[in-house]
Amino acid sequence: MKKEWPVWEVFIRSKSGLDHRHVGSIHATDAKMAIENARDVYTRRQEGVSIWVVPSKEITASNPEENGELFEPAADKIYRHPTFYILPDELTHM
Amino acid sequence: MYLNNDPLEADFQAKIDKGQNIEAKDWMPEKYRKTHIRQISQHAHSEIVGMLPEGNWITRAPSLRRKVALLAKVQDEAGHGLYLYSAAETLGITRDELYDQLHSGKAKYSSIFNYPAVTWADMGAVGWLVDGAAIMNQVMLTRTSYGPYARAMVRICKEESFHQRQGYEIMLTLCNGTEVQKRMAQDALNRWWWPSLMMFGPRDAESPHTEQALKWKIKLKTNDELRQQFVDQTVSQAEILGITIPDPKLKWNEARGHYDFGDIDWEEFTQVVAGNGPCNRERLEARKSAWEKGAWVRDAALAYAEKQEQRSLKVAV
Ligand SMILES: [Fe+2]
Ligand SMILES: [Fe+2]
Repeated sequence: MKKEWPVWEVFIRSKSGLDHRHVGSIHATDAKMAIENARDVYTRRQEGVSIWVVPSKEITASNPEENGELFEPAADKIYRHPTFYILPDELTHM
Repeated sequence: MYLNNDPLEADFQAKIDKGQNIEAKDWMPEKYRKTHIRQISQHAHSEIVGMLPEGNWITRAPSLRRKVALLAKVQDEAGHGLYLYSAAETLGITRDELYDQLHSGKAKYSSIFNYPAVTWADMGAVGWLVDGAAIMNQVMLTRTSYGPYARAMVRICKEESFHQRQGYEIMLTLCNGTEVQKRMAQDALNRWWWPSLMMFGPRDAESPHTEQALKWKIKLKTNDELRQQFVDQTVSQAEILGITIPDPKLKWNEARGHYDFGDIDWEEFTQVVAGNGPCNRERLEARKSAWEKGAWVRDAALAYAEKQEQRSLKVAV
């Protein structure tokens, strides 16, 4: 029998108040083992207070070749940023 | 000058020139992918095989303090191997294929780990010199162009500094100890010095891929530059220990602003890389045997997980 253990993506919250962040991946047979392995591999120095593991095959990623149609429409909408609006220098608290 | 007619490749190069990272799903030239798979996996294998000479000393560490430190260091190296294998897998190769390349001898690992660690002082010299040389290379690689590799390097570099410091502390303790202990430290330096310099790889004149590697920011400094940097920073560290680097030609060169050093025995390097070093066979045998003897555990864990999954499906029905 020559089957590889499935791959899981690992996300870690480094301290409470912060988002979980992708740190890498791990191989494990089930979710419980994935958490344990992620603990050993990615948090040997208290780098985390919470771990998420997700089977890599369940992740759908956007295609970099479609980056144009996905992300370019936002590029010319500079009026969504506060600096677009021209206001006098003496104006404060805004 | 390198002419580029392929628009995809021109885009790719422009991205690298701007200092942007390449990510797993981005278009990349096949050769960039292959070179990275080779380099990242070679690096991963080095971390894993690198556990063997040190693991050998865990049970014989002279105090509990030394034992927990060495144990933690070896465990870190396992972690480094795993970060790197997972970075290599983002390029479309499987973990089993990577292991297979190591076990079949197709993939290389750092030549340094084919030398034996024969005394406790070797644990000092390895941490100080071998991790020291590795750090030099790895700090450079935190800025390498392939994102997953660069990120793994950042994590690794944070952990490496303790490795080198614990090694140096071992050396320092021995050098401040009895005459016999100091001789032991000197002997370890004598044996590990030249192999450590070889860790940076062949001279620039003999490494044909350097130009392409620099262009793609796979590396940012050449082998000779890193080697020089290592020599320059290590000399004063040896002086503090009060032991002598085994190179009569080692001498400060005011004009260059660097230390001159003697010739490396490249024939020895070639032999070790070709599999004829003192421990090549032993190291590979140890890895293969661990992999084969662990097969039933891997299979059993997978069978258990599949059974649990089946059960939960039945309950759901
Ligand atoms: Fe390491
Ligand atoms: Fe290390």
